[in-house]
Amino acid sequence: MTEQLQITPEKAVSSKEFTVQERSQFQIVLRRFMRHRLAMGSLFVFILIVLFAYAGAALWKYSYTDITPDNSMPPSWEHPFGTDNLGRDGLAKVMRGLQQSLKIALSVAVIGIVMGTAWGAIAGYFGRHVDNLLMRFADMVIILPGIAVAASLASISQGAWWSIALIIGGLASANVSRLIRGLVLSLREQDFIEAARALGASDSRIILRHLVPNALGPTIVSATILIAVGILAETALSFLGFGVQPPDSSLGLLIQQAQSAVNTRPWLFYFPGFFIILIALTINFIGDGLRDAFDPKQTRVRR
Amino acid sequence: MFAFVIRRLLISIPVLLVASFLVFIMVTLMGDPLDALRVTNPPTPPETIALEAQRLHLDLPWYERYWHWLTNALQGDFGPSVNKTENINEEVWGRLGVTLRLVFVALAVALVLAIVTGVVSAVKQYSKMDYTATFFGFLFLAMPSFWLAILLKEAGILLNQADGDPQSRVFYTYGDRSVLLEDDSAWGRFADIAGHMILPTIALALITFASWTRFQRSSMLEVLGSDYIRLARAKGLRWRKVLTKHALRTALIPLVTVTALDFAGILGGAVITEQVFGWHGMGQYLIDSITTRDAYAVMAWLLIAGTIVVIFNLIADLLYGVLDPRIRI
Repeated sequence: MTEQLQITPEKAVSSKEFTVQERSQFQIVLRRFMRHRLAMGSLFVFILIVLFAYAGAALWKYSYTDITPDNSMPPSWEHPFGTDNLGRDGLAKVMRGLQQSLKIALSVAVIGIVMGTAWGAIAGYFGRHVDNLLMRFADMVIILPGIAVAASLASISQGAWWSIALIIGGLASANVSRLIRGLVLSLREQDFIEAARALGASDSRIILRHLVPNALGPTIVSATILIAVGILAETALSFLGFGVQPPDSSLGLLIQQAQSAVNTRPWLFYFPGFFIILIALTINFIGDGLRDAFDPKQTRVRR
Repeated sequence: MFAFVIRRLLISIPVLLVASFLVFIMVTLMGDPLDALRVTNPPTPPETIALEAQRLHLDLPWYERYWHWLTNALQGDFGPSVNKTENINEEVWGRLGVTLRLVFVALAVALVLAIVTGVVSAVKQYSKMDYTATFFGFLFLAMPSFWLAILLKEAGILLNQADGDPQSRVFYTYGDRSVLLEDDSAWGRFADIAGHMILPTIALALITFASWTRFQRSSMLEVLGSDYIRLARAKGLRWRKVLTKHALRTALIPLVTVTALDFAGILGGAVITEQVFGWHGMGQYLIDSITTRDAYAVMAWLLIAGTIVVIFNLIADLLYGVLDPRIRI
């Protein structure tokens, strides 16, 4: 762990007793993450995509509902992503689809992690019957194919974006709960917790200074991965016709509408797909970078 | 082992029962399937609607309806379909084979592909081969399954048209079998079905294999760095033998866990693949049933899917015992 022992020159010449600068756990993690080039690059690209979706849509001259006189035009300066058969601008539609898909994916991550953490922490903390009951419930969610349950539930709620996020997030939280429960169970028995208790640390100090920081890493990593899960699940659901409903748009819906015209109007099919891949890819890389930053033991490459 | 199997199956019965109850509440909330009858023009006579309600047991309170459904389902009758001309039992059992054919072949292809690329990546770490496998692993992990399926389908259509003859065919791109067969022998039927399976299987297998190859690579790397592999090398065992007999067997255990966990996801992936390629399988049936609010059909679907996943998890548990002799079951 050389970075923790780095000597800063200014302090070395000063007459202070300690030449080593203290760093909080957060600073250490941040420094390790910043050194992960692929993850930093991915974060940059992801931020660009978000800006493109929101700022781009505000600045672009067409709205996704505008019908222009150009029908089925291939990409040009006037319409960088082409137009569909009604003359709606492809770029505006993709930006709108990105907004909806990103909004749902980020909500899925928040909902999944909040519900999953509560679910798993309660099960792990109380143990015995509560644990048994909650984990059998998680088993039940996990044995049913998620997309089938999500499609059935989404058909109840008629495709409002928040309800789709709630459904996917809720189903995903079953997996998160297992992870969190495992973390709580293993952390509870660790020696450093026992040592803190032996030294007379209070419950709140143990929870805040020892349990939370140790569980935070895997939780943040799984929250990140949930964004990728969320965007793939939402687009799949919208593709099947149970997600976001027209006239609104989502990346999955755009692909569904374009699937009959892949060979005649390929631009309508490739651009939304490209963005889904790009988002899922960058999120996975960011997740990898965070995992390495939080837990350098897992990677064999010295950073 | 026999006792283990029986015990595991007994434990999963209450889980499936409670699941069926919650799913029943869910499909009840999906809405009234008779709404479609109420808005017809000319209007449907109220007597017809009342008869339909009686046929679908909608005149009973929901808890009685669940009880009625459960007692019948346990005897193998999944209840009446909203579509009068269809029988849920016939539909489901007829389509299950079509879907399982796709799922199991794709699963096998994905497993073989994941093990081979994962092991080669680990053994030749940081080689060109490793980087290529890693690249495709990440790419397919990020790719939406329906997008890849459409892409393969369109590529198949383009290849079929490439020689300018509209009658020639390299790949079948629609349906799970031909309606009219030229060669109606057993071999002809088999070849026809196998031909229809090629593209959907590739689509489902590539999406599935992506995360597994990463898993296999890291577990193989961990095993290769362990002391007992160094010992096996030190005592002069041939490298090939060390890899196949000592390392691979241990490195397969995590993959069994992931495969079992992902199995429900593969069934879900099959729904999407079937939809793109127009297969008359379970996936299409699920989507049709949700659209027509066919509650009993959705229930039958989820119950069968849940049972298959439970059985598959059981097989995975038995495989642990085969791979790791320390685990006794």
